[in-house]
Amino acid sequence: MDSILEMRGIIKTFPGVKALDNVNLSVREGEIHALIGENGAGKSTLMKVLSGVYPHGTYEGEIRFGGQPIAFRGIADSEKLGIIIIHQELALVPLLSITENLFLGNEQAKRGRIDWVAATARARELLRMVGLTDSPETLITDIGVGKQQLVEIAKALSKQVKLLILDEPTASLNESDSDALLALLLRFKEQGISSILISHKLNEIAKVADRVTILRDGSTVETLDCHDGPISQDRIIKGMVGRDLADRYPRRTSNPGDILFQVKGWSADHPIHPGRRVVKDIDLHVRRGEVVGIAGLMGAGRTEFAMSLFGRSYGRNIRGQAFLGGREIDVSTIRRAMDSGIAYATEDRKHYGLVLDNDIRHNVTLANLDGVAKRGVIHHEREIEIANDFRRRLRIRCSDVFQQTVNLSGGNQQKVVLSKWLFADPQVLILDEPTRGIDVGAKYEIYTIVNQLVAEGRGVILISSELPELLGVADRIYVMNEGALVAEMPAAEASQEKIMHAIMSSASKATAARAAVAAAALNTGALESLQ
Amino acid sequence: MSAELNLPAAPPRQASMAKFLKSHMRDYGMLISLLAIVAFFQYMTNGTLLQPLNLTNLVLQNSYIVIMALGMLLVIVAGHIDLSVGSIVGFIGALAAILMVQFHWHFIPTAIVSLLAGAAIGAAQGYWVAYFRIPSFIVTLAGMLVFRGLSLALLAGQSVGPFPVEFQRLSSGFIPDFFGTEGFHTTTLVLCLATPAIMIGFSIAARLRRHRFAIEQEPLVLFVLKSAGLFAVVAYVGWLLSTYKGLPNVLIIMALLIGLYAFVTRDTTIGRRIYALGGNEKAAKLSGIDTRRLSFYTFVNMGVLAALAGLIFAARLNTATPKAGVSFELDVIAACFIGGASASGGVGRVTGAVIGAFIMGVMNNGMSIVGIGIDWQQVIKGLVLLAAVCFDVYNKGKA
Repeated sequence: MDSILEMRGIIKTFPGVKALDNVNLSVREGEIHALIGENGAGKSTLMKVLSGVYPHGTYEGEIRFGGQPIAFRGIADSEKLGIIIIHQELALVPLLSITENLFLGNEQAKRGRIDWVAATARARELLRMVGLTDSPETLITDIGVGKQQLVEIAKALSKQVKLLILDEPTASLNESDSDALLALLLRFKEQGISSILISHKLNEIAKVADRVTILRDGSTVETLDCHDGPISQDRIIKGMVGRDLADRYPRRTSNPGDILFQVKGWSADHPIHPGRRVVKDIDLHVRRGEVVGIAGLMGAGRTEFAMSLFGRSYGRNIRGQAFLGGREIDVSTIRRAMDSGIAYATEDRKHYGLVLDNDIRHNVTLANLDGVAKRGVIHHEREIEIANDFRRRLRIRCSDVFQQTVNLSGGNQQKVVLSKWLFADPQVLILDEPTRGIDVGAKYEIYTIVNQLVAEGRGVILISSELPELLGVADRIYVMNEGALVAEMPAAEASQEKIMHAIMSSASKATAARAAVAAAALNTGALESLQ
Repeated sequence: MSAELNLPAAPPRQASMAKFLKSHMRDYGMLISLLAIVAFFQYMTNGTLLQPLNLTNLVLQNSYIVIMALGMLLVIVAGHIDLSVGSIVGFIGALAAILMVQFHWHFIPTAIVSLLAGAAIGAAQGYWVAYFRIPSFIVTLAGMLVFRGLSLALLAGQSVGPFPVEFQRLSSGFIPDFFGTEGFHTTTLVLCLATPAIMIGFSIAARLRRHRFAIEQEPLVLFVLKSAGLFAVVAYVGWLLSTYKGLPNVLIIMALLIGLYAFVTRDTTIGRRIYALGGNEKAAKLSGIDTRRLSFYTFVNMGVLAALAGLIFAARLNTATPKAGVSFELDVIAACFIGGASASGGVGRVTGAVIGAFIMGVMNNGMSIVGIGIDWQQVIKGLVLLAAVCFDVYNKGKA
């Protein structure tokens, strides 16, 4: 079998980080090739190199497509050759119709005038190929995510696709939509279209993939052939996480006290799609002086849980109780949650954490302005002293505290966000991906701060997609998947394999549970109450 | 003065002159542009610009723009815009005229009702912006039409006036002279010497405090130059006004408001929160700030100030006309942007907006005296606005 795509020795560096280090990937004509790896392993970067998002010259290595060496200057070049990528966040315009979206940038026009009759006819044909029966005039916003995914694929078909790249296409789909999509991939395969499928769901990969390439820390670990016999999950997980835990985490003697913070029966619905439960019946607790980790894949509902807990800043129809030191607390607004002693440091520091135009000093005091003010009048000197104090304690590298936060590096921005919440003096601090996108040295410093916090008797909830980090920092780990907590284990007994197992096996378990509930409801004739 | 300024040695973290000037280019640039424009027109008008009579007129003509610019700055910093202020000026003028002329109300209850009406108008618009998230551009565009229409309806298309003399004094009155010198307003001069002296005294105290906390500050040379310049300018203006009728009442109101709003934006938690709201609404919200209520109150505040401007403008014309305040909103908004406010929110200073308003005012006045037609005046003002904002964008890109 000939290779349609050969990527050899791809190296891609960002300032300070080597995102891809000598990656090799080979896709055969008419095969479904799965690409797997942990978050941050380099899958998306590799696909961006392939599709021309990172143009030729910004990376090292060789790419051959259909035997010819290629040098893309942009996405337009790769699309011309039939390499189409479908991103996790769909690139559709919600308020335009299916037809308009299908031919966006590729309009069926003669001398600038769109031929709507031809466009609609062609759209209908493309929709039939992906098994959609909706009218091409339907607006994108009026169809579900599953169908939107199919429209994206139809759009790819309209461009004479040879190699289709799907980045976690089933992440937001339900079981039947996922199956339909996978069946479609198999049909394409018969027609000779190759696909690269990026997915975390091992059962899907087992269903459709011909070969699997595993990435870890920006390098290719291995490529497995599924026709040589079934590949076990253990085999794949070992490939994904097999790395040593060096001395990357500061030591601390863990000494958890009595229960400080507790959440009971916490649920929340999606803010736009009412009735779609994204956080399901969460029970957890944090002891004094304890770091509690929440593990899970992207989209598992961890951020949604934390934000719905922090003053209902996410979701609707939020139910559940929160207790601090045994007493129920009011977390219904952000102010009340903060006054009750809860703080949440966001995963998205640029959009939700910092006022980038403001200097370090103003960002540090923002969540606790009353701490530097008397009767509403700010004591500027005290404010500067406090900012300088945090600058020293957290080792924020900057010229002075009057520097705008937009000019700081990611790690130092994160430290400013942490300073803000430390100055607010919470009892329980929820840290959402506190080390995302920052270098190893800054990570170590942030772990040290976490250790100091718990040494003072506070509780920390650490949400992280990096399993080694959770194992190295947390005392106890909850595993979350599809909005629910699916496992809990002391960090001492946990391992990356155990956590991955909990996630992988829960996917089917959750489905089974849903089915059981539906069956029970059917028996009692209470189906309406479920809808 | 120089004895007090003799600070013990150099502060430990005094910024180097070049670095400080570079990072505060915008602030000094504004001030220098204003002085340059004044000097230019003083020369072009053969000294008419700074004649006491014309200087008084300059203040009276610009007072309502300056007062509204204070509120507009907060609205713009919060990330919004208010297009309705010109119509509110007209509407409140009409309301006050009807109450005083047709219903023979005293001017004090009239003023109170007018300011409350301004607050209510601001609240009505702010409600849609803050709680329904309707873009402020649209809400206040609607308000602009509604209140222009209402002032026409209220006045039935006629001009209503004149007003009681006490009310006219709001705009055309001068503070009384307690010294009673013939032909010279001593109180004015005393006030104009004392005010900058007190202000400089406060800044010296602040400098010493910052020094004790070892906090970086303005280089001493610049501070002395700035203080001396401030003292000289205010004293000179005071002397000029003293030789005419003294300080206009409206100048006192304006100065107090400028002081109040400078204080609120710089030194209070409310001010800080407005900047955070405009800089990054989501981050402000997640830091426990009630962003909706804050947006709401910036509009209420704007409504009150627009109402005050409406009263002053009506008092100045001594009549309420349906056309009063037409296109004021554009001058007010231009003043804020010339003064360095960012259209995307989060950036802007009260002193900048005030200087921006005076740059516009001096240019209006100077060009009129020189005899440039209203047509070319608009062209030049438009280009100055564009140039000021280009300068900002260029500066930001370089930093």
